[in-house]
Amino acid sequence: MPETIINAINMALTEEMDRDERVVVFGEDVAETGGVFRATEGLKDKFGGTRVVDTPLSEIAIAGGAVGLAVFGLRPVAEIQFSGFLPPAFDQLVTHASRMRWRTRGEWSAPLVVRTPYGAGIRALEHHSESLEGAYAHVPGLKVVIPSTPYDTKGLLKASIRDPDPVLFMEPKHVYRSIREDVPDDDYEVPIGEAAVRQEGEDVTVISWGAMMHKTLEAVEKIDVDAEVIDLRTISPMDRETLVESVKKTGRCVIVHEAPKSGGWASEIIATINDEVLMYLEAPIERVTGFDIPVPLLSMEDYYIPHPPRIAEAIERVAE
Amino acid sequence: MTKNTSQGADDLDAPWITQDDLPVKKYQIIDENGEYDPEDVPDLTTEEFVDLYRWMLVEKRYAERMINLQRRGEMGTVGSSRGHEASIVGSGYALNDEDYLLAMGRETSAMLMKGVSLRDILLFWRGIDDAQKFLAQRNCMIGISVGGYLPVVTGIGWGMNITDTDAVVTAHFGDGATSTGAFHEAVNFAGVLNCPAIFYCQNNQWAISTPFEKQTNANSIAQRAVGYGLHGIRVDGNDVLATYHAMNEARELALSGNPVVFEGLTYRREGHSTSDDPTQYRDRDEVEPWLERDPIERYEAFLKSEGLWDEVDEEAMVAQVDEEFDAAIEAANAYGPRDIEELFVYLYEEMPPELEDQLRELERSLSELDELEEYIERRPKG
Ligand SMILES: Cc1ncc(C[n+]2csc(CCOP(=O)(O)OP(=O)(O)O)c2C)c(N)n1
Repeated sequence: MPETIINAINMALTEEMDRDERVVVFGEDVAETGGVFRATEGLKDKFGGTRVVDTPLSEIAIAGGAVGLAVFGLRPVAEIQFSGFLPPAFDQLVTHASRMRWRTRGEWSAPLVVRTPYGAGIRALEHHSESLEGAYAHVPGLKVVIPSTPYDTKGLLKASIRDPDPVLFMEPKHVYRSIREDVPDDDYEVPIGEAAVRQEGEDVTVISWGAMMHKTLEAVEKIDVDAEVIDLRTISPMDRETLVESVKKTGRCVIVHEAPKSGGWASEIIATINDEVLMYLEAPIERVTGFDIPVPLLSMEDYYIPHPPRIAEAIERVAE
Repeated sequence: MTKNTSQGADDLDAPWITQDDLPVKKYQIIDENGEYDPEDVPDLTTEEFVDLYRWMLVEKRYAERMINLQRRGEMGTVGSSRGHEASIVGSGYALNDEDYLLAMGRETSAMLMKGVSLRDILLFWRGIDDAQKFLAQRNCMIGISVGGYLPVVTGIGWGMNITDTDAVVTAHFGDGATSTGAFHEAVNFAGVLNCPAIFYCQNNQWAISTPFEKQTNANSIAQRAVGYGLHGIRVDGNDVLATYHAMNEARELALSGNPVVFEGLTYRREGHSTSDDPTQYRDRDEVEPWLERDPIERYEAFLKSEGLWDEVDEEAMVAQVDEEFDAAIEAANAYGPRDIEELFVYLYEEMPPELEDQLRELERSLSELDELEEYIERRPKG
């Protein structure tokens, strides 16, 4: 049966908790109700209140607690209810999670997962719509993973839980329930650090991730350009090879993300392409992004989001 | 569930302090049955006693009508304040116009008392960014990141000290907020600097699905004050007179350089918000007794025994509230027209060139790309 991203998260957590008793799941409202998006529904009934825990409203302690659990040998999967509430936790991720292995010269490490719904488009309150993946990816030692499909969500989450390093797992909540596909019951991983080519093409490389992946596919369908569409899937560490090989082939590139433009992850991709294949470029690289403003409240948030017409226009311009 | 901090600690020798050393009383004027000692009643005029009642009706009607609007798709997600009427009104009634009120979103009538218009509250819950501009003009703000704004409250109080301003700053927040790191730093810091700050916790005993006993192992929020060297109080937040009276004193304490941790004990009768289903995590058995302990009814009993009930024309009051609400919806519907420029102009005092370019680019794509407007469903409109 076709599953949603939410179901895929739940499947991955259930299977990993079953497979490895060190896996513990916690966060605000995750145990009794299964979280505000119901991603952890049923886990407490299955695995009990020691391994599935409702925490106080304490982002610092949720993230820092995860570091401590991981150092102690457990496999924490923490939920931050919305990515807009990561900033207090950021200190713990930067100061401790990302450098525990480095600090202790390999003696300790912090194999943890922090899951968080991110992105605009659900008409929520302030701080419920940000996408600051670029800021998190800027932290050395922290892996940043963003799935866009249910199949990948399950495989990437399982890989994240098994990963020996800290992973920030950002979930595109805008498509939590709107994208469905078959998700096998089998145990499979989608490797961290590998982009996926969603559609092959010759004319222009279009790179995106998360909810914007779907807007990009929609845009590509409507235009007469043979686009190669790449889903980055892991922001950091980035799969440079797939990007570079594609741009070598097409000579043109457009990057789409909903985070603010300046200093967004597109900048890093452009720099990478310049470093590696500048001579292959036949047109300047374009990016279609959010603006350098906070995501507006619900009445005007749609003006912020890069919708398919903006994406299509940029691809056509670059392909010309 | 009762707290227990002394498991297995019966035969210890050293002089530990425990929660038992710090019994925290609940301050009350009118009890659950509407009984009171006339000696304790604050010195208010008949008009003021009646006014308190009217404000509670405002809060209640507002909450009911907001939920209705939300169900009809005319509002974004909203959180009901049902059950909090006495806590909100009692605390708000003690504030002056110059005082600051940084809120978490359940304090409508307190903000109305400070001169915020109901239209602007409606605009806020419709997700219209301009609303907070109008709140700010009345020294009010709503902070959605739970607890995150409490250090700002300390800073405002600090500023009042530096500039010798005769006012206080109050932060309203829930019991959940007291678990954030920001709360602890803010309260401690305010104590060190003797800020005129009132940290007003509406302890409604639930933070979405998390009950108070899972929020902290302490027996009360009020007792936290002691650890930071502040004054603390736990008030029956369903008793409007006790809340008002204690808040008045809190204001005096704050003005004289003693920040306060104020716990108003109340109950969230409905869901956390319109996207929450409270039956998933709490039993009818728990909720029902609270439904019977309505703060408005309790105050009604008081007014009756004081012989003041004749002064209350409830029907006329409700009619007036409804009329004001209708007018506010109409004004909110008429708000606008709005321009996308508003998304860009407020970020800096002077718009940087790059942002200017981005604004022009958005304007251009809106005028040149035919389908873009289709993707931009404007709802609810402002
Ligand atoms: C820092 C932060 N974390 C999580 C949330 C999501 N959230 C919104 S309200 C809420 C519960 C708040 O409970 P409490 O502070 O007790 O206030 P109440 O809603 O009960 O009045 C949560 C977890 C948030 N807004 N901010």
